[in-house]
Amino acid sequence: MEFLSQISLGFIPVLIGIILLYGTFKQVPTYESFVEGGKEGIKIAFSIIPFLVGMLVAITVFRASGALEALMNWIRPVMEAIGVPAEIVPLILIRPISGTAALGMTSDLIAVYGPDSFIGRLASVLQGSTDTTFYVLTVYFGAVGIKKMGDALKVGLLADVVGIIAAIVVVLLVFGAK
Amino acid sequence: MVNYIWVFMTIVGFIFAMINGTMAEVNKAIFDGAKEAVTLCIGLISILVFWLGMMRIAQESGLLEVLSKLFRPLVRKLFPDVPTNHPAMGYILSNMIANMFGLGNAATPLGIKAMEELKLLNGGKNSASRSMVTFLAINTASITIIPTTVIAIRMNYNSASPTEIVVPTLIATIISMLGAVMIDRYFYNRRSRKG
Repeated sequence: MEFLSQISLGFIPVLIGIILLYGTFKQVPTYESFVEGGKEGIKIAFSIIPFLVGMLVAITVFRASGALEALMNWIRPVMEAIGVPAEIVPLILIRPISGTAALGMTSDLIAVYGPDSFIGRLASVLQGSTDTTFYVLTVYFGAVGIKKMGDALKVGLLADVVGIIAAIVVVLLVFGAK
Repeated sequence: MVNYIWVFMTIVGFIFAMINGTMAEVNKAIFDGAKEAVTLCIGLISILVFWLGMMRIAQESGLLEVLSKLFRPLVRKLFPDVPTNHPAMGYILSNMIANMFGLGNAATPLGIKAMEELKLLNGGKNSASRSMVTFLAINTASITIIPTTVIAIRMNYNSASPTEIVVPTLIATIISMLGAVMIDRYFYNRRSRKG
């Protein structure tokens, strides 16, 4: 599985290379476009500050008080019986509900357990591989006035479960349980 | 729902602190958490600026359109109810491509446009059509090619290899996408059996 890490390393440079060469070939003012697009990045980074401050304060308080540890000890036997590390459970629960809350939890897990630990890698893959089902559902159906959702919620949540299992299995296979 | 979870974590934290005598730690946690969040966002600026800059070039050069043409035959199979040249198809494709490249802000308006078109196709009814359920399933499973924010967070906390999770994320996301499509088909077949 070592070669997967190698592909990961080459992936971004190759993609950037394609974007730059194709842009030049199509006579796009590459540098000016880059700067214009980049300005949007600043806006996004600043606009998520309040979301993250709110979430990280709540998570840090929850952890510092000892409540998180109590919750972990409580759910650990059940979760470990089915092969899910207990530390990741709060992230799994909040992922379908709020993207920024999940982002806060992911960064908290990475900060506490380290980015190159099993938990850190699992949190990274989980954050990247599923989306906020409830958000997508509310925004998309809400915007066009769909009241009867049919099987949409069931399908979305079951797909999340598949994504979570896939993330755990892939991280175990690629990096092992260190 | 987020509102309840947020209040729950904070209040339960305070109650626990009272019982466990960890009030000092909790007081410190309030300010540490806030500071951590701001530091993190500042750390995210670098990669967000770089990535969105790159994506602007990809957009203006038409690279994203080329990609959406590549995916057209595949997506057509996923939405048998949508006529090939219907505008809904175009919006669905652009939405998927935008999601793939982590352009969440660009993806949402395209997704809403796609929904509007799908609603028209469904005779303007206020119930979800087959294609709408499929479209949502695909969106919630969201294929990500480069999880930029996650890479930025990993960099922030000094990962030895921040990008090592790119391929694993891609594999996990493809599996969850396939899962979403299969689950969607299963429920569709169940609905049509019931009539």
